Amino acid sequence: MTYFPEEVVEHIFDFVGSHRDRNTVSTVCKAWYQVERLSRRTVFVGNCYAIGPERVMARFPGIKSLSVKGKPHFADFNLVPYDWGGFALPWIVAAARLCPGLEELRLKRMVVTDDGLELLARSFPNFKSLVLISCEGFSTDGLATIATYCRGLRELDLQENEVEDHGCQWLSFFPDSCTSLVSLNFGCLKGEVNGGALERLVARCPNLRSLKLSPAVSVESLNKILARASHLVDLGTGSFAVDHRTDVYHMLMNSFPKFKSLRNLSGFWDASPCCLRAVYPVCTSLTVLNLSYAPAIQGDDLIKIICLCFKLQKLWVLDSIGDKGLAVVASTCKELQELRVFPCDIYGAGTTSVTEEGLLAVSSGCPKLNSLLYFCYQMTNAALITIAKNCPHFTRFRLCILDPGKPDPVTDQPLDEGFGAIVRSCKNLRRLSLSGRLTDQVFLYIGMYAERLEMLSIAFAGDSDKGMIYVLNGCKNLRKLEIRDCPFGDIALLKNVAKYETMRSLWMSSCDITLGGCKALAAKMPRLNVEIINENEETYEFEENLSDLHKLEKIYVYRTVAGPRNDAPDFVWTL
Amino acid sequence: MEEEFRGGRPQLFDFITNGRDWSDKGGYGAAEEKNLELRLGLPGGEDWSAVQEKREHPAESAVSPGHIAKIPKSTNMSASSGAKRGCSDAVDSKPEGTLADKTTFQQQHLQQQQLGFLQLQAKGKESLHRTSGSAGLQSLEGKVCGPHAAHASSTKNTTATHSTSQSRAAAAPVVGWPPIRSFRKNLAGTAKASAESPNRRSEAEKKLENDRKGLFVKINMDGIPIGRKVDLKAYDSYEKLSLAVDELFRGLLMAAQMDLLTATTHSTKETHLISGLLDRSGEYTLVYEDDEGDKMLVGDVPWDMFVSTAKRLRVLKSSDLCASPLSPGEIRRRTNDC
Repeated sequence: MTYFPEEVVEHIFDFVGSHRDRNTVSTVCKAWYQVERLSRRTVFVGNCYAIGPERVMARFPGIKSLSVKGKPHFADFNLVPYDWGGFALPWIVAAARLCPGLEELRLKRMVVTDDGLELLARSFPNFKSLVLISCEGFSTDGLATIATYCRGLRELDLQENEVEDHGCQWLSFFPDSCTSLVSLNFGCLKGEVNGGALERLVARCPNLRSLKLSPAVSVESLNKILARASHLVDLGTGSFAVDHRTDVYHMLMNSFPKFKSLRNLSGFWDASPCCLRAVYPVCTSLTVLNLSYAPAIQGDDLIKIICLCFKLQKLWVLDSIGDKGLAVVASTCKELQELRVFPCDIYGAGTTSVTEEGLLAVSSGCPKLNSLLYFCYQMTNAALITIAKNCPHFTRFRLCILDPGKPDPVTDQPLDEGFGAIVRSCKNLRRLSLSGRLTDQVFLYIGMYAERLEMLSIAFAGDSDKGMIYVLNGCKNLRKLEIRDCPFGDIALLKNVAKYETMRSLWMSSCDITLGGCKALAAKMPRLNVEIINENEETYEFEENLSDLHKLEKIYVYRTVAGPRNDAPDFVWTL
Repeated sequence: MEEEFRGGRPQLFDFITNGRDWSDKGGYGAAEEKNLELRLGLPGGEDWSAVQEKREHPAESAVSPGHIAKIPKSTNMSASSGAKRGCSDAVDSKPEGTLADKTTFQQQHLQQQQLGFLQLQAKGKESLHRTSGSAGLQSLEGKVCGPHAAHASSTKNTTATHSTSQSRAAAAPVVGWPPIRSFRKNLAGTAKASAESPNRRSEAEKKLENDRKGLFVKINMDGIPIGRKVDLKAYDSYEKLSLAVDELFRGLLMAAQMDLLTATTHSTKETHLISGLLDRSGEYTLVYEDDEGDKMLVGDVPWDMFVSTAKRLRVLKSSDLCASPLSPGEIRRRTNDC
């Protein structure tokens, strides 16, 4: 290959798509490293503190697309304090200076400010796509600056962010000359929406294919929008409840049949059963259906809609679907690949929910199922073993039994054997979340069999340090390990310290880790940041006086080439 | 978990364990004290009706237990901010009139629930049956008083409803468990209040309201933290609306100004405390926000047009508006500038 001129090598590298492969290619020799870095167009940074932004931009000056992730995953469940970190601004500042050709930015679990958004909007003349997932720290003012200054914006995708509402005018800031939008998603906004501005925007963007509205968008508005946007492929409705005796309702009923290309439906924020009928005409061509924001839709109505969706590949529902509804899914949705069943009412009394029966049915009826997120009140080993046999193709298996540490209700045994069967059977399993009563045995199985496992989430499980040690010594592809409320201590933490440099991060909270253990880890592994998150104000000031035996509430350990971070708040100590 | 709550509300804790004292106390005095306690616990107007709804409907919302785990937090910062977000999610994401209480209903029951709520503790079994299921009671207790496990389980034992629900409720508040996003927790709560309502009328009301904008609109008044809702369809003229607004806020305004009123002036005070809303002659002026977000003076357009375009109302101090008579357009510009 050294006989080929660089242009040829570069051309060959064009076919090397994935990040992993390109990373590998760059390590072959200096020449390849050079060619690769100059021709790289997309960079993914899984942990924003693993490397400094300037270093990334200096190595890859030609990037057009940048993805960065900030907070640890458990931040989604309020386990990470509010101002822990994950600031987007340094990345935007560095890119503005070093990579002005940037066209796409994707941020997940980061703190983005209005200032950052304004800098972004003004710094990249070719900017096309902004995707913010689970971010916070900005308001609709920031969105207004994006709308104003990003000429040629194609995608604005806001998923599950915390956005401060400063009024509904931001939509009006898209100039009349903006006709380039392909995808607009503002479902997570809580404030009022300027219906007129939205309708006009949709009307002047002929390439719009994906539109996801927030709950504040009325059905009336939706009707007007649907009338102008018949090429939509992906629709998230706004409000979806009107009285069936009104004109608005009748218009809604007539709005959907003309959609020939609609494949994805979501939203349905407050959907009522009679309004849901409006979408029946498009069900037969749907591949993605998300009804998980519609708690008012009960099992029977869900069944009515699902039995039409025989091309469905991805289904998100609430557990009001019940085992009966899941049986209908099993018999209808033969193309199903991903299923998510969320709990409707976690504090409720006696509402419908799902059990192992529902999952069993789906596993036997849907041969292509490979991704699962399932909240239920009980699970049995027998069911898991059967499910493992039925579905050996799982890549993501996340089971959450709502009662922590609950055993198999039939045999009163822990669920070790069930999960063991899953990891033995599903050779391509990349992500696993465990729940229920579990001993060290399940970790032995995981360490032995889960060779492709990359992310493991553990809660209220295990008996001793051995459990964690099995995992660290086993899963050779493990990248992210997150543990809460397990009896794992310093011995487990320190058993295989080299492992952590092969992983992105380790999170442990409410375990038995002590300050001394962390100090030892930090001393042995200088290229790890061992962060202690200490929210107990009493111990703040007496940092030096804390004994090594002091048990730590939360630790976050991650590999980094950037050293300890300089934006850590008071309650985070990096050892 | 218990320590987290003990520090925050010693007074409430005392009331729970000394149930007898409550039943011994006289009516108004006790109510007034309860008045103050409850107000401290709850952030705003919507939550009054939220508590009301929860007590009446068996399936409980997730908002209260969310508070349990998170409210009085010095040591758990993430949780408290999560609660903030959770709370605002609940408050903001409710569609207009999810709670669908008529305003008079709210007023009457405001007093009643203040009395009624803590009576639950004293009365025990009977009132538990009358109100919500055990899970709901636990969540209510938790919301204001802190969920002392011992106490909660003792009340639950006296009211065996669903044993499974009891065990579920008992498993309830662990921080960050179950692992679902905050906005999903609130989702179930807001919809439960409306969708599973046994009161079909309120469901129909809710549907009606979603039909035509301007049916139930929020109304806030300067100086009063608790907002209200008015049903514009219930009136056919500006005068009637003005009277209603006066009625709505008079009590609250008096409460807010309680220190300033002596006993004598109270009795001779004119019947309408809040007058001159429409002609800018009074201390307060009524303005509204239309469907384009502009702030307008109430009274300038025909009543029907007003009803169909008004999105929310506000009672402003007249001194906050310019002294000279303004056109609607000028008000718009001025109030947008503020």
